[in-house]
Amino acid sequence: MKRKLHEIAHARAGDKGDTLTLALFPYRDEDYELLREQVTAEAVKKHLAHAVQGEVRRYELPGLCALQFVCERALDTGVTTSLVIDPHGKTLSYALLELSIEA
Amino acid sequence: MAQKTVRVGAGSGFQGDRLEPAVILASQGELDYLVLECLAERTIALAQLRRLADPGAGYDPLLEKRIGSLLPIAKRNGVRIVTNMGAANPLAAGRKVIELAKRLGVAVKVAVVSGDDVLALLEPSMRTIEARGAPLSEYGALVSANAYLGADAIVPALATGADVVITGRVADPSLFLAPVAHAFGWSLEDWDRLARGTVVGHLLECAGQVTGGYFAEPGLKEIPNMAQLGFPWCDVDAEGNGVLGKVAGTGGAITLRTAKEQLLYEVTDPGGYVTPDVVADFTTVGLSATVPDRVAVSGARGRPRTATYKVSVGYRAGFVGEGEISYAGAKARERARLAGEIVRERLREDVPDLRIDVIGIDSAHRSDFGHPHAPYEARMRAAARAPTRELAERVGVEVEALWTNGPAGGGGASKSVHERIGVVSLLLERSRVRPCVTLLEPDRETQAA
Repeated sequence: MKRKLHEIAHARAGDKGDTLTLALFPYRDEDYELLREQVTAEAVKKHLAHAVQGEVRRYELPGLCALQFVCERALDTGVTTSLVIDPHGKTLSYALLELSIEA
Repeated sequence: MAQKTVRVGAGSGFQGDRLEPAVILASQGELDYLVLECLAERTIALAQLRRLADPGAGYDPLLEKRIGSLLPIAKRNGVRIVTNMGAANPLAAGRKVIELAKRLGVAVKVAVVSGDDVLALLEPSMRTIEARGAPLSEYGALVSANAYLGADAIVPALATGADVVITGRVADPSLFLAPVAHAFGWSLEDWDRLARGTVVGHLLECAGQVTGGYFAEPGLKEIPNMAQLGFPWCDVDAEGNGVLGKVAGTGGAITLRTAKEQLLYEVTDPGGYVTPDVVADFTTVGLSATVPDRVAVSGARGRPRTATYKVSVGYRAGFVGEGEISYAGAKARERARLAGEIVRERLREDVPDLRIDVIGIDSAHRSDFGHPHAPYEARMRAAARAPTRELAERVGVEVEALWTNGPAGGGGASKSVHERIGVVSLLLERSRVRPCVTLLEPDRETQAA
């Protein structure tokens, strides 16, 4: 069954220059493996293609049951010069949570 | 040092943060140190512009209000304040605090950390560390360059015994690491302890973001009493391990989830978080929730600091003009889209670097991910970069003209123009940067380090 990440995980967005960070955490630790298998760097890059111009790297943090996505060139040149209404990309945690996975 | 733990509180997480949580921390938090983090990348460039216009300005515009509300309480309770509110002019900020203390009848010593301003050291050929590595000469006129100083610049200021330490640009976690390292007399080459203190600083630096701010969602992630969100403190032991907490009775919550979210906030390499003090490995951090509103933090590992300072460079990046107009009721989305098309057509020649969004549909996420529902209201937003103020103003002019020239029922138009200061970064050899400390007392100033 397809489910939106929002139903099983929470997320936080951060910014460094033109780079967006998205941290993803399952509500239940046992869902970490599910996220690790399906929420790949490629899947996130495809899902956020309209916003992320550069590379997406994924870091696995099994000790915290967390995945960290680092998205390059994602903030329309950076916080201070972006034309986007949310130049920090703070709302984009919820864009990630729109992604659907088999769960 | 007989003390087993040092309690460091976070009284501000950004320049415009709420004032009273810090007052609550200073009065009821039983703190040793209160840190006020108020300086973002962009904030210091804007502060530099104010200093260029007035040599006595350039420090945080809320300095008097924020410090004034804290000084008598902090002094009474023996809480020492550490803040980066010096922004582009730490010495002027220090003098302002001395003046303020006299007015309030409080005797204080202020130590000022400076030396972060490295604008004079820049050369046009220096390469930035942004994606393309372009040289500085490709950017607009430079207005500021500040090295992120570390705990080693702040510890000597604390060693003067000052009640208030004021810095300009320092790495945010260093503001918290420095008092802990000072209190326990850590070597500044004790990489594991420095890494653990850095993790504590990282968790605290955005204040309310670890107590339920930037976290809450009705239903799934409930946080109580956010209007009175309490700000955090951490009890740090001599090994650098800590316990996060907040004042009883304040709003918010500290949970494993709030702490996990903040631990990874803005971290671009969890295995190698680079600060001026250490390269910290966050992947070995352990978090555990014991009792309500307490989370224990331990286990970070550290590697030697890098040979360079990161320098944040501000440059003039032209102007951005914006305009917005609302539509509501039947076909609101279609009318807003039409409005956007009209503005794009009108500006195609003169202001081509233009973005059109519809607020209510795709402005924040830059997509609606195929969401099927038509909104009852839609607000067209146009924004453009332009080299001059005059061209940027055209955006708002064209949007406002939609009142009489655009789709039916357009209202609530607004417009604005701002000069933009871009920020790029580069690395500078540590040996080229000379941090220094000036001790200010009511009637004298001395170079302390």
